Amino acid sequence: MIEVTINGDIHKTEAGQNLAQLLEGLQLDPLKVAVERNLEIVPKTTYQNVTVENGDRLEIVHFIGGGK
Amino acid sequence: MTKSLNDTFNIAGKEYNSRLIVGTGKYKDFEETKLAVEASGAEIVTVAVRRVNVTDPNQPMLVDYLDPKKYTYLPNTAGCFTADDAVRTLRLAREAGGWNLVKLEVLGDQKTLYPNMVETLQAAEVLLKEGFEVMVYCSDDPIMAQRLEDMGCCAIMPLGAPIGSGLGIQNPVQIRLIVEQAKVPVLVDAGVGTASDAAVAMEIGCDGVLMNTAIADAKNPILMARAMKLAVEAGRAAYFSGRMPKKMYADPSSPLAGLI
Repeated sequence: MIEVTINGDIHKTEAGQNLAQLLEGLQLDPLKVAVERNLEIVPKTTYQNVTVENGDRLEIVHFIGGGK
Repeated sequence: MTKSLNDTFNIAGKEYNSRLIVGTGKYKDFEETKLAVEASGAEIVTVAVRRVNVTDPNQPMLVDYLDPKKYTYLPNTAGCFTADDAVRTLRLAREAGGWNLVKLEVLGDQKTLYPNMVETLQAAEVLLKEGFEVMVYCSDDPIMAQRLEDMGCCAIMPLGAPIGSGLGIQNPVQIRLIVEQAKVPVLVDAGVGTASDAAVAMEIGCDGVLMNTAIADAKNPILMARAMKLAVEAGRAAYFSGRMPKKMYADPSSPLAGLI
């Protein structure tokens, strides 16, 4: 198991997962979110190729209602 | 009126029929958001970028109510107080949505939500370099507005009054100066409280109006959304009509000849 910070909270997850698998595990539709890993944007097309590492800091965001 | 019938609105190379841009925050639920947006006739909606709720991923999402294929989603940086935060937010927005059109807003003060123009200029520079199409919330200073336009921002959006205040257009002189000099669309981006305020902005010559609270905080948001649609159209038509000159005294509109 490894520890990753997702949206500020620490999550324990299996080692060796790629980002696509992590999102699937979280039941998140990759088409509706964007991911920042250690302050770098991860392009959607590369989710399969990015392995989640111990200590990664991930931000997973989406669009919500908002004005100003 | 012929002119206004063909009067489309061009932002970053795309044509729109509606000159009203509406926010999607502060509504009771997504259903009300959807109905209000529909009633407003808006084709561009502003949205916020926020963390997903990892513990409850099956909550309803805005995209399930407002189809991003039907509406242009305009991600905004509301709540950002530094250039870095705003740039970071919009990079994520571009990845989430897949489009370059964004609304930059860097705030300077919690109480007034006034734009921090130093940070705004810094963020705009980075974003423009990275290929974003930047619509920018700004102060009503014509010098700043010109600077942002020269940098390459695709729309200049000064406030008419503080965000969420509903005070109406407090600065018609400054807004007019910005409108007169600008070669890109100018939109009033804060301060509208009711329909007449939107009409005033359009009569000054603004290309559009952006609002959220004026609709969402009305007792009947859906009816107010419709009122705003009509006000923007009325204001635009009045602007093109060339209003009558103001006079100091009365001028009867019935002929004086033939009086009994």
